[in-house]
Amino acid sequence: MLDDFLARAALAVVGIALAAGPLGCFVVWRRMAYFGDATAHAAVLGVALALALEISIFAGVLVVALATATIVASLSGKTYASDTLLGVIAHASLALGLVAISFLPDVRLDLMSYLFGDILTVSKTDLIIIFLGAAAVLALLWWRWAYLLISTTNSDLAYASGVNPKREQLVLNLAIAIVIAVSIQVVGALLISAFLIIPAATARNLARGPETMALMATVIAAGSGLGGLWASFQIDTQTGPTIVTTSAALFVAVTALSALRRAR
Amino acid sequence: MSRIKVQNLTIKRDGISILDNVSLSIEDGEIVTVVGPNGSGKSTLMKALIGAIEPQKGEITAKPGTIIGYVPQSLNIDPTMPMGVSRFLSLPRARPKDAIEATLARVGLSGVNTRQVSDLSGGQLQRVLLARALLRDPQLLILDEPTSGLDQPGIADFYALIASVREELGCAIVIVSHDLHVVMSASDRVICLNGHVCCHGTPEIVSAAPEYRALFGLGTHGALAIYRHEHDHHHDHDHSHDHPHEH
Repeated sequence: MLDDFLARAALAVVGIALAAGPLGCFVVWRRMAYFGDATAHAAVLGVALALALEISIFAGVLVVALATATIVASLSGKTYASDTLLGVIAHASLALGLVAISFLPDVRLDLMSYLFGDILTVSKTDLIIIFLGAAAVLALLWWRWAYLLISTTNSDLAYASGVNPKREQLVLNLAIAIVIAVSIQVVGALLISAFLIIPAATARNLARGPETMALMATVIAAGSGLGGLWASFQIDTQTGPTIVTTSAALFVAVTALSALRRAR
Repeated sequence: MSRIKVQNLTIKRDGISILDNVSLSIEDGEIVTVVGPNGSGKSTLMKALIGAIEPQKGEITAKPGTIIGYVPQSLNIDPTMPMGVSRFLSLPRARPKDAIEATLARVGLSGVNTRQVSDLSGGQLQRVLLARALLRDPQLLILDEPTSGLDQPGIADFYALIASVREELGCAIVIVSHDLHVVMSASDRVICLNGHVCCHGTPEIVSAAPEYRALFGLGTHGALAIYRHEHDHHHDHDHSHDHPHEH
């Protein structure tokens, strides 16, 4: 029988998987892996700001993640290559966040819980935020789906079809910021992008269309999330890293199997 | 009224002028080829026509309700993105299955609808992109270097296809190319671009124009071009070109 906190943890994982599955596909298709990583690192600065201003962690992280994503998307490709820019912003804001937190005298903060996630602290309010966030991301993706796809295949083709690819990029930035804000407590800033990328990469082996890939990525994300949660209680390990390890193991297994099947 | 009219178009990037005061118009039912060396602003002009670039100065006016079909030079579908041909042809708007099959047959590609876009050859991809543009029922078809990945027979086939599309739809067609001797036979009008409109007119007029010869020289574009030019130029050697030619 599941304990109450375990049920909450399981629901949290499923909620995040619902948003991370399809969104992770776009991160992979558009080669935004490092972008997601950088935005998540910057989120630590959002945690510090939220604590200093005594606002909710969710709001602080959402604002900082969104700002980072927008700055990077608008500046990239001008003076610096976007990965250089991402490196500067990601690590500068991670470091700045850590420095800022040590200036907050009254806060006894378990920093590890934001870097690696602490699923045991998920409250009922957190669960509501996670599911509202996931619903918002799914609604955004559902609404923009075809426009996002055409923008991903070729930006000029999007323009010629009356779709502005820059606007679609903003939609994705917003969705990524929401996913990071709702999941920083569960998987942690350092592992969020793994939760986005690995299930999508696994699903690539099994899908022949973008919709099936998104669906499979969601199922795989939820499956490895729940499996990792279960495993972390069985062998008494940190939950966030165990979830990522589980989904990586699944990725290796599926990739190897489909390589074997192709070779035959 | 012209199908699309470009007036005094000026586009700068980082303060450097890419297109300077370009004016041109394209009529219904004609095939216009835009030629120019690399960096001459051909692609920028096409991007401005489809609305991907905002001009700093000047105006682009199309007949009201003009649907533009655009054929890009290539796609950047990442290998991680599974995408069947049918699904791709239904982006961003869903198309009926029989319309997709009929259009694929029209471009000579029956039976590829279940294939992955990433598995297509260069020539097949070019035709799928054309099919996608045709599914929009365009009045203006814009093709950006459509033949760059094709071999000689492939190029000839593709241009024959374009010509038959014009016959059938009566649409205006703009083709960007750096491939000159193909331009000659396929188009009604040639616009030679090098940041500005150097010269324009029928293929014969353009190929004889001194501005055009200054840009491209003679005989650099294959045996066909050499053959042509040897007939109509006067063996005076003070025209400017940077290569030895074979007399």
